[in-house]
Amino acid sequence: MFTSFGKYILLLRLSFKRPEKFKVYWAEIMREMVSVGIGSLGIIAIISVFIGAATTIQVAFQLASPLVPLSIAGKISRDSNILEFSPTISSLVLAGRVGSNFASQIGTMRVTEQIDALEIMGVNAPGYLISPKILASITMVPVLVIVSITLGITGGYIACLAGSEITPADYVAGVVDGFDGLTIRVALVKAFVFGFLIASICAYQGFYTSGGALEVGQSATRGVVYSCVMILFADLIITRLML
Amino acid sequence: MIEVKDIVKTFGENEVLKGISAIFQTGKNNLIIGGSGSGKTTMLKCIVGLHEPTKGQVFFDGENFTEMDFEQRVPIRTQIGMLFQNSALFDSMTVEENIMFPLNLFTNQSIAEKRDRANFCLERVNLKGRNKLFPAELSGGMKKRVGIARAISMEPKYLFVDEPNSGLDPKTSILIDELIAELTIEYQMTTVVVTHDMNSVMGIGDHIIFLHQGQKWWEGSNKEIAHTDNQELNDFVFASKFMQAAKEKL
Repeated sequence: MFTSFGKYILLLRLSFKRPEKFKVYWAEIMREMVSVGIGSLGIIAIISVFIGAATTIQVAFQLASPLVPLSIAGKISRDSNILEFSPTISSLVLAGRVGSNFASQIGTMRVTEQIDALEIMGVNAPGYLISPKILASITMVPVLVIVSITLGITGGYIACLAGSEITPADYVAGVVDGFDGLTIRVALVKAFVFGFLIASICAYQGFYTSGGALEVGQSATRGVVYSCVMILFADLIITRLML
Repeated sequence: MIEVKDIVKTFGENEVLKGISAIFQTGKNNLIIGGSGSGKTTMLKCIVGLHEPTKGQVFFDGENFTEMDFEQRVPIRTQIGMLFQNSALFDSMTVEENIMFPLNLFTNQSIAEKRDRANFCLERVNLKGRNKLFPAELSGGMKKRVGIARAISMEPKYLFVDEPNSGLDPKTSILIDELIAELTIEYQMTTVVVTHDMNSVMGIGDHIIFLHQGQKWWEGSNKEIAHTDNQELNDFVFASKFMQAAKEKL
């Protein structure tokens, strides 16, 4: 485990060495940002709307009491979306979509000697392959989380329109009541850290793939599993430190 | 000229190369031949720095490549072209982008100049007009030729070729061999080819090194190889009935 961690740190150090030509790396960063950001928008939108709606219905159901104002459901739903569901669930889904893509892409390049070809040319392969992915992730995952928060709260509103547990007016009153900007800051810090973990762990797994197609699949699976575990671990640490 | 001095390479307990020394001359097709598992590809990877030798040194025109770090190796690496066994073209790039890739990173040429160079390299390997195809749309022989075009795009001083004929039909194999031989003379490169294809050996083998059990077992030219009394080399070269019949006619 310590050997793997050492290799991971060394790989990260190599990834952020000075690029051979910034223009070429910039093009790669832009390409990865489109792939991570635009490519993940659909799945993030779907899960956010459904989780937002389901959360609102469940909270309203649990708070069904004449002593509790119904607007509380909107408030709890908002904070749950901002603090936990949007950053964490979205990142777990992104680990599956984006992380497996990173690991299998780099792993395939390793087993088909494309990484060797880069090294022969004098290209710093970790820098060219990994740093654009990390930079794209730490930029686009926070953007996706903001989108997810917006759609999650919208999903809750749609649930109120479609159901009878809570009126839309009560829900909106709860959503705007006692909003604290710290929750957004926590969500963005989580998104930034989770984006880094997804890209770096999956890229590491891909980069050290050896063998053939079977091992590429195993690397992708390992990348997703390890990044999910690390996301949950980091989630706890950040929550503990910031709230 | 490339000089290899007493190269040893071990993987765990397994000693794959057992102290090999050789000199690869400029403007010649230097072939490394041997049976499967004899250490040919390992030797090639040690020379180009994809494997670090356990012991020994590699000199590129007198410069000790083994003792250099990554940064120091870059100027030499930009003078190296390599064709991999499976061509190793970048899947996400078109043929033209593959050829222009090293030019994008290591030259300050304009886009028009880089495109001209890519077109020239493609024309040189008889693939004119295939610029916009992706590697997945190419046959095995075409991939090899694009690999060669990419390898020569920076006008290298050293060309390394790993199993250029694997998976190719005999006619395409000969075309690839002839192309390598022509380019070696045209660019005055030091060319090192790893192969076990006897057509290549007899066709373009100016200088041949035969590896056996991780050691240099024999060294000579394609003219000398037919008359050698080295038992292991004879067993390797004349393994097929066709080659045995050819030897009898010599």
